[in-house]
Amino acid sequence: MIPLAIMLFKSVVVLAFLAVTTMFLVYLERKVSAHFQVRYGPMRVGWHGSLQLIADALKLLMKEDIIPKMADKWVFLTAPVLVFVSAYLAYLVIPFSPFLVVKDLNVGVLYVLGVTSLTVLAILMAGWSSNNKYALLGGLRAVAQIISYEIPLILSIIPVIMLAGSLSLSRIVEAQHTFPFILLQPLGFLLYLLSATAEVNRTPFDIPEAESELVAGYNIEYSGMRFVMFFFAEYLNMFTVCALAATLFLGGWQGPLLPAPVWFFLKTYFLVLVLMWMRWTLPRLRIDQLMDFCWKGLLPLSLVNLILSALWMVFYG
Amino acid sequence: MTELKTEEYYLSMGPQHPSTHGVLRLLLKLDGEVILQATPDMGYIHRGLEKIAENRLYLQIIPFTDRLDYLSSMSNNLAYVLAVEKLANIAVPPRVEYLRVIMAELNRIASHLIWLGTLALDLGAITPFLYCFREREQVLDLFEMSAGARLTYNYMRFGGVARDVSTEFIKGTADFIKKFGSKITEYEALLTNNPIFLARTKQVGIITPKQAIGYGLSGPLLRASGIKYDLRRALPYSIYEKFSFDIPTGELGDCWDRYIVRIREMRESIKIIDQALAGLPAGDFKAKVPLNLKLPAGETYVPIESPRGEFGFYIVSNGTNKPYRLKIRAPSFCNLSIISNLLKGWKVADVVAILGTFDIVLGEVDR
Repeated sequence: MIPLAIMLFKSVVVLAFLAVTTMFLVYLERKVSAHFQVRYGPMRVGWHGSLQLIADALKLLMKEDIIPKMADKWVFLTAPVLVFVSAYLAYLVIPFSPFLVVKDLNVGVLYVLGVTSLTVLAILMAGWSSNNKYALLGGLRAVAQIISYEIPLILSIIPVIMLAGSLSLSRIVEAQHTFPFILLQPLGFLLYLLSATAEVNRTPFDIPEAESELVAGYNIEYSGMRFVMFFFAEYLNMFTVCALAATLFLGGWQGPLLPAPVWFFLKTYFLVLVLMWMRWTLPRLRIDQLMDFCWKGLLPLSLVNLILSALWMVFYG
Repeated sequence: MTELKTEEYYLSMGPQHPSTHGVLRLLLKLDGEVILQATPDMGYIHRGLEKIAENRLYLQIIPFTDRLDYLSSMSNNLAYVLAVEKLANIAVPPRVEYLRVIMAELNRIASHLIWLGTLALDLGAITPFLYCFREREQVLDLFEMSAGARLTYNYMRFGGVARDVSTEFIKGTADFIKKFGSKITEYEALLTNNPIFLARTKQVGIITPKQAIGYGLSGPLLRASGIKYDLRRALPYSIYEKFSFDIPTGELGDCWDRYIVRIREMRESIKIIDQALAGLPAGDFKAKVPLNLKLPAGETYVPIESPRGEFGFYIVSNGTNKPYRLKIRAPSFCNLSIISNLLKGWKVADVVAILGTFDIVLGEVDR
């Protein structure tokens, strides 16, 4: 009974943490974009608009929950839940510090990749069930994109696993106690970051929801709380890929002087800022160019990176 | 196992769509993402301005011209008053000519800024949009100073302009054009050589010179296809022959050429305004023209180079104080004629890129 209670408590803590993180990320994105664009961003609600997100959340909660008449009702209703759950599950194994981890699975990396790839199923469900052509196009694009980019993503992680000799995220972090893996795997890190950007649908790879083409893509028919779920999941996924990058390549919570969680958040938020910087600077690719980039650029490069790392380890490691 | 079948489908893009620049509707027949057929559907803001004009005094028509291409009201005003002046044989004081040129070119900059911002927005780059609006704001402030309005200026009059400009306006304009060149460089830093921008625009939506002429395209679209035809040079109106400026042309006629032509046009506009400000003479800002103007019977057509191309008014007068017929040649409308042919074979994402470089204004398309 007691372990169950502890697990439950931990899950609730993670959920609360995620809610705060999302709010902070959205606020950060709005402020960062504003300063990129010589604006102020939210300023009215609270100090420098810091309470804006609470106001927004309340507004969205009170919105009417619309289910299109011609929608495939049950699929339509399940999709936002699934997208949120898959984003949420990833956090259970991410080590925020040596002790701050819900469950240190011995197949942590595999688990994270597995649960996050459920997102694509949810997006397809949302796009398909909405019975809207824009949503369908968005859903189809998302499937093509996310599945394609998962391959270079995984291939760029494999060298790290080989270096650490473990699939457990905590063990990978510990393996980096002398120096972070980015020094051994600079190309791998770059490949990971690019694939991860595509994986979470952010500019220049935000093709599934390209608002100037598809209006909003797969979530076009969602409103109120169900829309929030997608929005929530989007930012959580962004945080997940950055946290994973920090864990796998930048040494996770390891660092001098400052306490472990601080280092973890510093590294993660630095990567989050890089993603935001890209979003507010670059235009968007076209779907076929995106596929070219993945299959002709990232995939061969990540294979080469993998083989070279393997050879290096065999001969010098 | 039966073979999977795919089928074509129709996608109605617009009239409520963020990238159709107003209320244009494109009916796209798609095979996956590839366009098989595109049918533009318009008329969502048709107001019958040509018919309304037949029941208005000549002077009362000027505010209506503001509402045609609402991003370049000054050019519309100018085209209309030039047509009326030509038919009525009204002489215009020199100061007026200079003021008109300054206004038209400032308006060209403001209009191109909107085009640039929305093009970048259509391609997914959000930040240039805000930068463009920052500079457009300054132009609008200048217009507010002179015409009193920020969008529908209603500034030109027969034989003159509504108000003379103040010294602050002249100083403000000089300041603006001095700084604006570096701002264009700023936009170009974000877009011109950006690999993603190049991938989205180079070799996309190519219009050959033959096609461009065949469809009666005009303005930056025609020049992007490599044809050096600008009405300010080809058929000089007002005092454009006094100014030295280049006519930028493209080579290929793709989206990128249309982009770079407009960017260079903004730089040329700076040159023209600079020269016009230097040569601005003192004198009357208005000739004596009766309010209830009667035009002699006859007809005339005066085209000008608006930011979007050949913009002209064809006026038929039967000797009364109202036009017998007023026909507006709207460049956006004529340029749109090529769209259904051009879009064939491109992808959904290219529609917004191509439409973005067409720079249509629906107020002018529907009239």
